[in-house]
Amino acid sequence: MHDDLNWAIGGEAGDGIDSTGKVFAQALSRAGRHVFTSKDFASRIRGGYTAYKVRTSVDKVQSVVDRLDVLIALTERTVEENMDELHDDSVIIYDGERTEFSDFEVPDGMVGLDIPLKSLAEDAGGALMRNVVALGAVCEVAAFPIGNLDESLQKRFGSKGEKIVENNKEAARLGADYVDEHYADDVGALDYELETTDNDYVLLNGDEAIGMGAIAAGCKFYAGYPITPATDVMTYLTGRIDEFGGHVVQAEDELSAINMALGAARAGARSMTATSGPGIDLMSETFGLVATSETPLVIADVMRSGPSTGMPTKQEQGDLNMLLYGGHGEIPRFVVAPTTVADCFHKTVEAFNLAEKYQTPVYIASDLAMAVTEETFAPEEFDMDDVEIDRGKVVDESEISAWQNEKDQFKPHAVTEDGVSPRAFPGTEGGVHMSTGLEHDELGRRTEDTDERIEQVDKRSRKVETAREQEDFSPVEYGDSDADTLVVSWGSNEGALVEALDFLEEDGVDVRVLSVPYIFPRPDLTEAVEDAETTVVVECNATGQFADVIEKDVLERVDRINKYNGVRFKADELAADIKEVIA
Amino acid sequence: MSSDVRFTDFKTDKQPTWCPGCGDFGTMNGIMKGLAETGNSPDDTFVVAGIGCSGKIGTYLRSYALHGVHGRALPVGTGVKIANPDLEVVVAGGDGDGYSIGAGHFIHAVRRNIDITYVVMDNRIYGLTKGQASPTSRPDFETATTPEGPKQPPVNPLALALSAGGSFIAQSFSSNALRHQEIVQKAIEHDGFSIVNTFSPCVTFNDVDTYDYFRDSIVDLDEEDYDPTDREAAKEKILDADKEYIGVLWEDEDAVDYNTAHGVEGNMADIDESGAPEGATDLVREFY
Repeated sequence: MHDDLNWAIGGEAGDGIDSTGKVFAQALSRAGRHVFTSKDFASRIRGGYTAYKVRTSVDKVQSVVDRLDVLIALTERTVEENMDELHDDSVIIYDGERTEFSDFEVPDGMVGLDIPLKSLAEDAGGALMRNVVALGAVCEVAAFPIGNLDESLQKRFGSKGEKIVENNKEAARLGADYVDEHYADDVGALDYELETTDNDYVLLNGDEAIGMGAIAAGCKFYAGYPITPATDVMTYLTGRIDEFGGHVVQAEDELSAINMALGAARAGARSMTATSGPGIDLMSETFGLVATSETPLVIADVMRSGPSTGMPTKQEQGDLNMLLYGGHGEIPRFVVAPTTVADCFHKTVEAFNLAEKYQTPVYIASDLAMAVTEETFAPEEFDMDDVEIDRGKVVDESEISAWQNEKDQFKPHAVTEDGVSPRAFPGTEGGVHMSTGLEHDELGRRTEDTDERIEQVDKRSRKVETAREQEDFSPVEYGDSDADTLVVSWGSNEGALVEALDFLEEDGVDVRVLSVPYIFPRPDLTEAVEDAETTVVVECNATGQFADVIEKDVLERVDRINKYNGVRFKADELAADIKEVIA
Repeated sequence: MSSDVRFTDFKTDKQPTWCPGCGDFGTMNGIMKGLAETGNSPDDTFVVAGIGCSGKIGTYLRSYALHGVHGRALPVGTGVKIANPDLEVVVAGGDGDGYSIGAGHFIHAVRRNIDITYVVMDNRIYGLTKGQASPTSRPDFETATTPEGPKQPPVNPLALALSAGGSFIAQSFSSNALRHQEIVQKAIEHDGFSIVNTFSPCVTFNDVDTYDYFRDSIVDLDEEDYDPTDREAAKEKILDADKEYIGVLWEDEDAVDYNTAHGVEGNMADIDESGAPEGATDLVREFY
């Protein structure tokens, strides 16, 4: 048996798949087990196949794998969709009383548990609880103490009253009892045991981590327009940010959202917006203004498959070029790419500091894979005491005179050695100034003077150079630092890559992994690439956008592993891909 | 806010580059005077300007200001006002900025009833690009890009505002200095979103909607027995396309502004600089 269990519930959108999956994931997390979830879903409210998948182990899990051990199939299609991941010992739980399963045959070798989910749910108080009956059955199959499910059901249904909670608990027990009565031998032979531990874990997704990071960083203003898969950032902040003196505005479109966020930032608030690729297209209009007016702003791009509407509910890291180069003219910027769900929190805090220290827009390049993944972490990974705030060169009334000209006019774009100018919030006496998207002088007034133009362009560029000197933009290293093979990744592929190392180690293959969270400015990988015999860049896009960037940096060709079918990398698959490149 | 502020305090040392005789001079002067008369100071005022001739106002009107991208001045002003409700926020733009490229934002700013004053310098022409039809141009107004006229009705911004639930709708004429100032002042004093569509003639490219035309055709509601809180009367005037009314056409004094409705009150520029805000650890606990 494997150390980890891969479980899924699948059916049609509208079948309560997500909430059932979340209940089980929470039960596991609260029982001190690590959890890593993923979703298969379509962009529609009802209808269409959808599944919630949970990988769990007592050890840290940070990737999905191509293996499904226990599947609750509410529809026959769910089985078909997952045939590649099901194996000889897989358990399929289904309701044979449903007409669509009347001709269903359990695939050879697999264990089929035909359970009257709906009838048992009705016995417990209502057909709606059939998913919970199935969860109870899973507890029995996997030898997971059913009491752990109770707490999770309480959390999910507590607001609906004690009766509903009790009915659900009963439904789960009926499911467990049914398995015990009818399939005890089959299940016993599988020998699963989901141990519990005393460890405390938190369970959250990447969008929630970005939202929590924003509040931790003192962000008080968020404007956004709903878009998959970034909406959860906004949903998370709504209500919560108010508790900290902040506010969320649902704008009429992304053009408005970024301009509202810009306005709030001009007023002195730590301000952000989040969107996905199509929204970044619209926001690009204002991106240059943010940069040239030297306004600190954080913009999260939770990437999804493009171009155009693409595959809105599918994974892709296709926006890299857009984030690096988008917008007309030459625009100084920062691009950070969190590598894990927890890192979404840390990079968001860092993004706010970078934005204010350098008075520059900062893109956070997250993606769908992280946005829909619920992952467990030790709560210490989100230690609020470690959060540092750096507002940069904000000046108050007492300091303002140092930054005024001989006419007592404030210089918001003063030319300085490090490129960073003073910042006076509106309301500051003596700090009155304008800023503009036009090229401007130190006062923020339009200019077409050739010397002033050069001064301002150089000053803005200098901020990036200053950041390179002052900030730590190092990659995260894993594996064998002396290995001949270097694997470079950016963003969310880190987890799959780290787990792929275990598979590679089993096969005696040593690799060095550099997971890069900083895209611009980014670490210089020249030495690492030169030291390696083979360098391969792993990314979820078709053309290898980051590989292009690395090649340009180090003036050497690299190998590429690209995936663009809409599904994130899986650890076992990635290990095989890496072996193929080396061979 | 200091009480000894004069309107000249709102002037920068830059001379406007508008064409001599441009209506924007008068429009801007009215804003400066209106701000001074309502007790605002440049330190506590934020002006957002759009793109076009009107957009230059940020350079000449002394206050905290942002000259943004075309059509998006209202969202910027909205963000400023939510982040710091103590600031007096004035958004100034042209008819192209507000009713063409920015028309979507206009409707939603009206709906939000955010407490900002929106002064549109309406010259019924695109001036900075040297004379093309604007959304408020007449159907038969001939320009290089509309040789036979746009052949479509002009936008009625006041009607748009009314239908979107506007709480203060006014029209003004830049050349009537005192009257213009008075209308802008009322708009500033209104608690909620106020629109002042200001006839601001372009002397270079528009030979139809001229000073003479407006002088001859304007009907000042102050000279009629007109009650701006009478919604039916407001509807009738606003939909009357044959007259050029000036004055406050509609005011809903009971409308609740955005910040009040949402309980937004603090200055968001103030944050705890020692670390994460107090209570942030509770956010982590939620995920247990």
